[in-house]
Amino acid sequence: MPSIDVPVRNGGFGQTSRRDNWWLAPLLTFIGLGAFVLYANVRVFQGDHYHFGPYLSPFYSPEIVGPSPHAWFQVAARPAWWPGFLPFSAALLVMWAPVGFRMTCYYYRGAYYKAFWADPPNCSVGEPRKSYWGERSWPLVIQNIHRYFLYFALIFIGILAHDAWKAYWFADGFHVNVGSLVMTLNPILLGGYTLGCHSFRHLIGGGMDEISKSPSRAAAYDCVTCLNKKHMVWAWCSLVWVAFSDVYLVLCSTGVWQDRRIF
Amino acid sequence: MANATFRIWRGDKSGGGYKDYPIETSEGMVVLDAVHQIQASQANDLAVRWNCKAGKCGSCSAEVNGFPKLMCMTRLNTLDLTQPVTVQPMQTFPVIRDLVTDVSWNYEVKKTIQKMKTRKPDASDGTWRVNQRDVDRPQEFRKCIECFLCQNVCHVLREHQMFSEFVGPRFFVYAAALEMNPVDAADRVADLKDKHGIGLCNITKCCTHVCPEEIKITDNAIIPLKERVVDEFFDPVRKLFKMFKG
Ligand code: SF4
Ligand code: SF4
Ligand code: FES
Ligand code: FES
Repeated sequence: MPSIDVPVRNGGFGQTSRRDNWWLAPLLTFIGLGAFVLYANVRVFQGDHYHFGPYLSPFYSPEIVGPSPHAWFQVAARPAWWPGFLPFSAALLVMWAPVGFRMTCYYYRGAYYKAFWADPPNCSVGEPRKSYWGERSWPLVIQNIHRYFLYFALIFIGILAHDAWKAYWFADGFHVNVGSLVMTLNPILLGGYTLGCHSFRHLIGGGMDEISKSPSRAAAYDCVTCLNKKHMVWAWCSLVWVAFSDVYLVLCSTGVWQDRRIF
Repeated sequence: MANATFRIWRGDKSGGGYKDYPIETSEGMVVLDAVHQIQASQANDLAVRWNCKAGKCGSCSAEVNGFPKLMCMTRLNTLDLTQPVTVQPMQTFPVIRDLVTDVSWNYEVKKTIQKMKTRKPDASDGTWRVNQRDVDRPQEFRKCIECFLCQNVCHVLREHQMFSEFVGPRFFVYAAALEMNPVDAADRVADLKDKHGIGLCNITKCCTHVCPEEIKITDNAIIPLKERVVDEFFDPVRKLFKMFKG
């Protein structure tokens, strides 16, 4: 590959001739993602207030082993095999999948490289470090496993859809509460996010050069592309809603909010 | 009466600095018009490269208020004229003089991308049958005017100067146009990974933001190519599957 010598003119961190508030977008990303990560950590390690009536918090779904009536294997107390150094929380068994999926998502990658690693802080703005490896070598080469997390994420849409369905069935039969709608939005937003995934777009048909030869895949590719165009919006809406539905559950289960019945 | 000031970088490879030029603007003017006015009235020796004045030749790339832009497509009413407007040459390439940079590295890089290798013709007269739908995708990439603004803004080149390891977004677009062409039979995936450094792109999308042709460089060219690299090099299950299929 040919090379050229260019005198380095772009000096230090943050140096730019840009006049606009270039720092605002990465700052908002930093605050948004940072707040979510903090909140999620607190909630996941808390192991409490994660279900209310027919609702189950998306952080804890599916509850494989746990004390709530939603658990696949209900246990009254902490199982003996649970590692001593960890608080007993059903979320710890399942969180790796959505966390891994979002961490390796192409959109989030681009966003957190800018906001958390200043690589670059924003377009045509100086960086704090001179060395750079990108996603070519360890550790970031691991991002290439994104499609494996996608397979799990697709299963999670089904699980959260099932949770949403259950959110309409109360002790006294079928009803619609505000919480039912909160829970229903979850799989919808998560579906919009997951089905618009870049890896999914590739697997569904983007990898083919003559997609016209299989019309069903061409139609699916068009749908995925349509969602993919707004992938960032889906990513944020679904993230915010996961947190909000958890907040809703906490507030209902602690009696701060009333879960109103619509009919 | 002058109602705007243009702060233009003047100099050559040995060095230079900004110089202020007050001008009188009029409705509908673009930055290139302002530069031409300055060239005609105040600085006859100001070097600027341009050709079409219509955003189609890709010659007038520069940085306006620090943002990579085609000068001929940047209208003054999109800029804050109460402050001096800075115009500087592209930072990533060696400056020749004033606003003109040497972009020839790009032409050398282009030669390293495997040329089109046509598959067997579909018809006995040596021609192919191609569905319009399948050419729509590579056609987006054919809009590229080689302005090299994306190359200029990409931090892998601009900040880290990895010219010998990374071809840059323009050439991922070029490779994608060939790779996704239904008539092409060459395989560029190994080159993209090893020789052309696609793994160095961290999908921060600056290239997409500056492209005057609005090519969705990251979403439609780079990420799909990264996925093809994953298919061939980072997906063990797919590899196994392929092995069994023969
Ligand atoms: S998305 Fe990749 S190629 Fe485009 S500017 Fe960012 S690092 Fe460079
Ligand atoms: S891809 Fe866009 S920004 Fe890059 S050279 Fe082509 S037209 Fe210019
Ligand atoms: S690219 Fe965002 S979820 Fe796959
Ligand atoms: S002069 Fe041709 S693109 Fe600006």
